[in-house]
Amino acid sequence: MVTEYKEGAAGTEYSKRDFKVVGTRPPRPDGVDKVTGRALFGADLTAPGMLHATILRSPHAHARIVSIDISGALALDGVKAVVTSNDFVKQGSSGNQDTLDNCMARGKVFYDGHAVAAVAAVSVKVANEALKLIKVEYEVLPHVTDVDAGMLDSAPVLHEGRKFRNIPEGNNANVSGYWEFGHGDTDAGFAKADIIVERSFKTAATHQGYIEPHATLATMGPDGRGEIWACTQGHYMVRDMAAAFVGMDTSQLRVTPSEIGGGFGGKTTVYLEPVALALAKKSGRPVKMVMTREEVFRASGPTTSSSTDVKIGMTKDGRITAGQAKLRYQGGAYPNITAMLGAMTAFAAYDLDAVQTLAWNVLTNRPKQAAYRAPGAPMAIYAVESVVDELCQKLDLDPIDVRLMNAAKKGTLSSYGPTFDEIGLVATLEAAKAHPHYAAPLGPNQGRGVSCGFWFNFAGNTSVSMGINEDGTVSVIEGNPDIGGSRASISMMAAEELGIPFDKVRTIVGDTNSIGFNDVTDGSRVTFSVGLATIKAARAAIKNMCGRAAQVWGIDADAVDWVDGAAVPMGHNAGEFPPMTLAEIAKDSAKTGGPIAGHHEVNADGAGVSFGVHLVDVEVDPETGFTEIKRYTVFQDAGKAIHPDYVEGQMQGGAVQGIGWALNEEYIYGEDGKLQNAGFLDYRIPVASDLPMIDAVILEIPNPGHPYGVRGVGETGIVPPLAAVANGVSHAAGVRMTELPMSPPRILAAIDGAK
Amino acid sequence: MVKVNLWGSLRSATGGLTEVEVDAKNTGEMLKALAEKYPALDEIIEGGVSVAIDGLIYKEAWFTPIRPDSEVVLMPYMKGG
Repeated sequence: MVTEYKEGAAGTEYSKRDFKVVGTRPPRPDGVDKVTGRALFGADLTAPGMLHATILRSPHAHARIVSIDISGALALDGVKAVVTSNDFVKQGSSGNQDTLDNCMARGKVFYDGHAVAAVAAVSVKVANEALKLIKVEYEVLPHVTDVDAGMLDSAPVLHEGRKFRNIPEGNNANVSGYWEFGHGDTDAGFAKADIIVERSFKTAATHQGYIEPHATLATMGPDGRGEIWACTQGHYMVRDMAAAFVGMDTSQLRVTPSEIGGGFGGKTTVYLEPVALALAKKSGRPVKMVMTREEVFRASGPTTSSSTDVKIGMTKDGRITAGQAKLRYQGGAYPNITAMLGAMTAFAAYDLDAVQTLAWNVLTNRPKQAAYRAPGAPMAIYAVESVVDELCQKLDLDPIDVRLMNAAKKGTLSSYGPTFDEIGLVATLEAAKAHPHYAAPLGPNQGRGVSCGFWFNFAGNTSVSMGINEDGTVSVIEGNPDIGGSRASISMMAAEELGIPFDKVRTIVGDTNSIGFNDVTDGSRVTFSVGLATIKAARAAIKNMCGRAAQVWGIDADAVDWVDGAAVPMGHNAGEFPPMTLAEIAKDSAKTGGPIAGHHEVNADGAGVSFGVHLVDVEVDPETGFTEIKRYTVFQDAGKAIHPDYVEGQMQGGAVQGIGWALNEEYIYGEDGKLQNAGFLDYRIPVASDLPMIDAVILEIPNPGHPYGVRGVGETGIVPPLAAVANGVSHAAGVRMTELPMSPPRILAAIDGAK
Repeated sequence: MVKVNLWGSLRSATGGLTEVEVDAKNTGEMLKALAEKYPALDEIIEGGVSVAIDGLIYKEAWFTPIRPDSEVVLMPYMKGG
């Protein structure tokens, strides 16, 4: 369901228009390839003489590497190369060095599954046999996997002697980041409150759960030129990282992205690619690497786990007088900014006079976290929205009315600093309140949960090129792997701007040598940034085509306009000429000056923030603690929905991943610091049979920063479900739930504890 | 002069201030002036920051104009998934 534009919103890029292609729902251009098996994913490519490589991983959560003896592996028949950290180039920046050290441990292993060495051999079987012949002497060290335990003075220190920036006195050496945000006097705000609720919450680390494991194929010739084929969210990032790690110029490494079987943020970094390239360099043969599912869980980034204290004051009529949150996140063995993003987003949905958030990142003996849809926000907003819900419950107030009373809107000083421009939170709350779901009766043991959510959305470096073909069709090259339908939306925006049918345009994702640089596909940036660049590339091509028509007509180029896919004289003074269509101009392009193309390169800004509201009805079985999702509706300010099917899919997908986070998913570590559930049998993500249809209501509040009003939509959908489901379960079970996942044993224990 | 709001934990780099003033007409000048006036901010700015001008967040855009009455907020470098 799509709600129409609101009038009155306009910005420097946006202008209201009637769309012909944008907003329709054509069949997805990658659909046939994917259902017939023609699409090539990371593991699908082979090369003549190709080797297979596998990785030796640490059996310890924390240990010093005393020595590595690879001689036994090298002596095995069929082994062509072995690499360790000694085969990579030391990096100038700590961020790159951390990423490299995560690909191949240097000096210490920091978690169960940390890569120690890699073998390339004639088969996976031989490579795995060779791994057994590598002798690693470890000095096992004490470990810590819990965020709160990691902050204690007694905790083992992971990075001895490493100094992190801006850490206040009193924090131990595992605290790698500290941030504060907010404004106003919280003490005065709490003094004005009629009621204050303070609660502590914990969330487990969860994996992005993409279906396709990491996979790559690398080659490196004796001329020093390399090629990588990889399943990734950013092939320019892969190129830059892999080239730097093996010590070669980026121009000599070409990276081609495969189709991608899910990423959700987890494929915004490198794991295998530099290792495969180093092995290819050493062996002189193509090297293929494919992670097993167990390796995906043990060694590729899950998100952070969290421990959060929230305090909110409210008046009897529902006005929030002050809010405070203390967020402690752990994202494994290397620094990250996820806690910071949690602190920035925790109270973003509210218009508050007094708000303060404090955040700490704590290093632990777990895998290096990777981004996961709206990193940091779901856990922070879970804690805040749970307390808001409890306040509503205690004061017997309607949870949507309270959120409307306190909602951030245009002109609100946000909790993270800037003042909001046009935003759609009030519209989403009003849509939720008016929806039949909100008034539907509940049955026994059922509860209804509500939560707001927020995400920034980002933009960034983007290049797009398009060619106008002589047959009147258009070929577009973008440089961002298509993880959410960008080939469809980019083709639609190109067709819209050029005034031609959608099926006349084909968009592909080019390799790193095809067009200029592109940032990673992350931050919900692609439909916004690549769309903006596509529209401007089309405008450049249109300018060119208007010039060709002007030449043919013998009038000034300024006297030619572009209307419905054709050049037309601009008014009677320009002369009387019939419209000259794109196809007509393209057909004669060789005679009027040569090929016609358009391109645009930009570091885009103005992505526009996004809000969502989720409603969920749950039923809790008091005998077993099992929770069933009975009904779920997502409301989201999506800006202009280019292809509403994909937008709804993003909203539904975010909700489903959030439901899994709320109810089932968690990284479980034993006392030995080893991951206990590295597989989909023991780490259970929701499947279709677990869920009802997720209804999606798109609200189109145009983003002033985009010509068509587009906002990012890929991440906001995962933010509200944790709190929405927790609030629903808390009502159904009759006890406030404060730890995720709300697995049946945890719910039963809470019910028993409340008796 | 431009008023720049800083996130709270930068207070230690500015002698306790979270709102500072510098002479600048665009973001590049603003960042340079901040680093000169408060040397402890230099490493943070070099490490990557975002700047919000009148509510719009910019990353690495040196030539974005700033009006004297603009709301300017120095923000950490941010990244999504």
